[in-house]
Amino acid sequence: MTTTETNAPKLYADKNRPPPPIEPVRRNGRWSGYRHLLWARILELKREPEVVFWVFVFPLLLAAGLGIAFRNKPVGITSVVVIEGAGAEKTLSMLQSSAKSSPNKDSTIRATVLDRDTALKGFHFGKFDLAIELNSDGSYTYYYDPARPESVLSRVEIDAALQSAAGRKDALATSSQSSSEPGSRYIDFLIPGLLGMNLMNSGMWGVGFALVEMRQRKLLKRFVATPMRRSDFLLALTSSRLVLMVIEVGLLLGFGVLVFHMRVEGSILSVVLLGSFGAVTFGGVGLLTACRAQKIESVSALINLVMMPMWIFSGVFFSYERFPAIAHPFIKALPLTALNDALRATILEGASLGSQSGRLLVLAIWGGVSFVLALRWFRWT
Amino acid sequence: METTVESSNLRKTYDGKVEAVRGLSLQIEAGQCFGLLGPNGAGKTTTIEILEGLLAPTSGEVRIFGHTWNDNPRRLREWIGISLQETRLSEKLNVRETIELFASFYSEPRPAADILEELQLTEKADAWVGKLSGGQKQRLAVATALVGNPRILFLDEPTTGLDPQSRRQLWDIIRAFQQKGGTVLLTTHYMDEAERLCDRLAIVDHGVIIAEGTPSDLIDRLGGHQVVEFQVNKNEDRSDDNLDRWRSLPSVESVRREDSTVCLSVREPHLTIPALLGAVTEEGCQLKHLSTRQASLEDVFVRLTGRHLRED
Repeated sequence: MTTTETNAPKLYADKNRPPPPIEPVRRNGRWSGYRHLLWARILELKREPEVVFWVFVFPLLLAAGLGIAFRNKPVGITSVVVIEGAGAEKTLSMLQSSAKSSPNKDSTIRATVLDRDTALKGFHFGKFDLAIELNSDGSYTYYYDPARPESVLSRVEIDAALQSAAGRKDALATSSQSSSEPGSRYIDFLIPGLLGMNLMNSGMWGVGFALVEMRQRKLLKRFVATPMRRSDFLLALTSSRLVLMVIEVGLLLGFGVLVFHMRVEGSILSVVLLGSFGAVTFGGVGLLTACRAQKIESVSALINLVMMPMWIFSGVFFSYERFPAIAHPFIKALPLTALNDALRATILEGASLGSQSGRLLVLAIWGGVSFVLALRWFRWT
Repeated sequence: METTVESSNLRKTYDGKVEAVRGLSLQIEAGQCFGLLGPNGAGKTTTIEILEGLLAPTSGEVRIFGHTWNDNPRRLREWIGISLQETRLSEKLNVRETIELFASFYSEPRPAADILEELQLTEKADAWVGKLSGGQKQRLAVATALVGNPRILFLDEPTTGLDPQSRRQLWDIIRAFQQKGGTVLLTTHYMDEAERLCDRLAIVDHGVIIAEGTPSDLIDRLGGHQVVEFQVNKNEDRSDDNLDRWRSLPSVESVRREDSTVCLSVREPHLTIPALLGAVTEEGCQLKHLSTRQASLEDVFVRLTGRHLRED
């Protein structure tokens, strides 16, 4: 740099501003670039039918499908078979009379009489929960399968029915109250997990994929050829995630509440704050994943590689408690685990955000470290 | 006139091996349309991207309005408009949204409506970018460069791949910008574009400028005013000493052979042609073809490098 200021052009008295060819008529404010970038991003997302499907429709379909398939049904009908022989008809009528007087309206006993071979075959194939045989000495034999909970249950139930029909008096007066509360069902476990997974999916794809596509189109290079602030660009990309997040959270929770009568114990504000935390964290991870990739194909593989362990370990569809305890510290260090745990605690138990600082810290570390590394390694061209 | 863009001894080496630019210096004056003309792979894009501050040179210096790219890059970017060789803008935004987006990055942009009008995109303002024709896309690319109200416009092969009508439309747009006092730097491998559009040209080959001047000056200096092309029948040997025979004809400046055609750069064809006819008879061969034309930049390039600009 040996050139001195005297070599600078002399035409322009104010070297800081060479005169424009056309007199300007308006001035843009500091945030005009950011606002337009954010708006452009939202418009693009809105106009991309795949995005609407994967971000909004797919999680609802998943929740509906799994919610119906794994709904908790009442134990309901006990299906038993009485083996043909003397007194079989009498046994049948004893069961029926007992069922009529039973206070338990939820369970009904369905009993049929069949010959021995057919009856036992039906029992072995799971058609009947229990087979009853009246012995010649007047005692009963129950055939049951200890590995099948409904078989074990029906043995107790049938025994009680027969005993009371035979005149046994209960020594204690009891009454029961049925309790199948929302909050402890599979769908209640599932919805927060789906919410977490959806925030991860759309964060990784929404930021990572979009970035690489823009890089591949040389659009990033075109943007940095303007006075655009690079930080505004990354900020807009990340905050567009926040806008989507509010819709994602609203749709999934609303769906759970309306269709499955799910109960949200925590405050909506806490849920939305948690959602923002998750969206920004995974936006950061997506940024890091995509910070250097040049091709859509390579970033797709990278994104899947990053998300795969979390789909399996982070307790989306089933609790990670099923994995050996030795693995739990590692599983809990994953960002999706932290997010899912925090979402479940807030939605299902009404836990406050303050009580979950550990989980928030895990998210903040993942998000913060990813952002810093992504900015350092970022490739604009 | 004052210098707006200036580079001295630019070098760019990729991976420590490939030398794309090997000591390139140029000066562009305010209000000029300056062209970098050269074949593919000559280093034009590398050069223009170094000038635009998108690539760092391995050595050498760039000054725009006297400032280097290290001074305050954002301020420099306010003053220049860029169209890259290849940018695919977001297909799901419409033309107006795209122009507004680019306008939002500049502190004193021009109104989008003016730009739409100027680039004849008003009718397409609400069309998605993905639905535009090649010419319309290229005009939009230039629109995003003009919307910031730049003082200097950098265009990297702005008309490559366009139909003749779209090319002419873009030339008009570039001229209009220049008439308002703007400075233009463009790269091209089209001779006609360089000849019609540029006030000043630098011919680039293998990363260096091999000739510089106004188009007519270059042609005068290096191409000869006129070109006489002829073919003779085949019974004659084709050794190079035969070319000397043609070179010795009156008013001939240079001779070259292209396949079976002999091209003479001549100053005054009315002196050369009678002598040529005589020489052909003297050699005992027959003239199969004879034509004369104005010399072009192509002749300059071939004279300088022995190759054509577009050998593909």
